[in-house]
This record gives sequence, C-alpha cells and structure tokens, in this order.
Amino acid sequence: MTLNAQKVVTVVNPLGLHLRPAHALSKAAAQFECLIEIEKDGQSIDCKSIMSILTLGAQQGTQLHLRANGQDAQQAVDVLSHLFENGFDETDSEMSSSQAG
Amino acid sequence: MKFSDFVSTPSICAELNSQDKPGVISELVDCLVKAGEINENDRDDIIKAIMKREDLGSTGIGRGIAVPHTKHASVPKLVGTVGVSIDGVDFDSLDGERVQLFFLLVSPPDRPGDHLRALENISRQLRDETFCRFLKQSKNAEDIVQLLEEADNNQFVS
Repeated sequence: MTLNAQKVVTVVNPLGLHLRPAHALSKAAAQFECLIEIEKDGQSIDCKSIMSILTLGAQQGTQLHLRANGQDAQQAVDVLSHLFENGFDETDSEMSSSQAG
Repeated sequence: MKFSDFVSTPSICAELNSQDKPGVISELVDCLVKAGEINENDRDDIIKAIMKREDLGSTGIGRGIAVPHTKHASVPKLVGTVGVSIDGVDFDSLDGERVQLFFLLVSPPDRPGDHLRALENISRQLRDETFCRFLKQSKNAEDIVQLLEEADNNQFVS
C-alpha cells in the first residue's frame, strides 16, 4: 500500500537553509524509505540530497511544500517538519559568532 | 546570483598543491590575499575561522565538491575563490570521497542572504555533471574562468 503525506513548512531560522540545516534535513530524510520531495515555486527537489536542498536557496520566511510518498510517509513528514519548526536548532551564538555559516 | 558576482577571478587556482584540509584551506585563502581581496593581517584569523567551521561538520558536500566558508567582518562584500586539486584531498566529505573542487567563501556577518544565494548558485551549477567534469579537468585558471562564464550564461543548466 502506498501512503501519501504532506505539509507546508516555513523556514524560521534566521540564516535560512544553508549548509548545516541542509545536511541535517538530508540526513534525517535518508532514514526513511519513502520518497520525500520539497517544492518551492514549482521546483521539486529530492529531500535526501544535500546538494538539491541547497539549490532552493530558501531564506528565512520561505514557505515550502513537503511531500512524502511511501509506507513511512506520515512519520517522515512529522519528523522533518519538526526540524523546520525548531529552526534546525540554530542558536543565537551561531548567528553572532564569526564561525557560523 | 552568478559566479561573476562573488568569484575573484585573479585568485582562482587550477593546481592546488596541498594534500590535506588545513593545507588546502590556507592555500585558497592565500590566493585571496595575493589577489588583494582580503588583507594579509586577517589571513590567519580567516583560516582559523574556516577550520573552526569545518570542525562543526565538513563542508565537503559530496561528488568531490567542498564549500569551505566563514563570515568575517573584514570583508565589505561576499568574496570567493575556486580551486582545483588534480589528485583530490581527503576532506572528511559527507560521502567519503576525496575533494577535487573547492569553492571557498568569505562573507560579511550581516549578509546571510548573499551566502545562501552563492550556495544556491554553486549547487545548482554543479549538479550538472558535464560542468563538474570540465571543472575538474581544467588545466589552468583561464579554463576555469571560461567555464564559470559559460555557466553564468546558462550553458550548463537546462
């Protein structure tokens, strides 16, 4: 049986989907068997590929469409949308330090 | 954003000599110093900051590509360089592959959007295997400049 799940998520962390959030997202997505895609302005990308996530260039405030298709689709959407809501645990110290990015 | 908006052409290096991560980062930063993009006095601090960022997780994003970077208050605008290593360097990449293509970025602390747009451009262009392969096969800086120009003119992205 194929299951679908989807959710609109917002990039809340100030630095947007830069390298570390993109890595966290692709790593979390890779744990699921289902196909997971993110859509922005009609462009759909594979959420398991860090390079594809970076092509979105999603800044803070951007709305994205998260879609999963497969047995564990709902679980995947729950876990991944949670990462977005928590701003990928980007902290204030990361923002102000010269090493962040 | 295009490559020409942030890549400092005079600092491009087609033949990186370094064999390890600290070496290759220093070599790329030195290219920016020589080209006058960053001040010699800030060299060590910038190298240290880039290495510190690597400690948080490698910027080797796979397929032989790395994007070492940092913010630094000394640069007025986003500046970057491109380096190619013929043999590749062990960079603790996410996919374990050695890195041949380096895009090193230094950006002002208050411009996270520019950094994001540079990453967007780099990843979008490098998804094209032909562009990626041609860059790795570049013999000299002129080859790289030409490839970046062609990419800016959308000759690789469908």
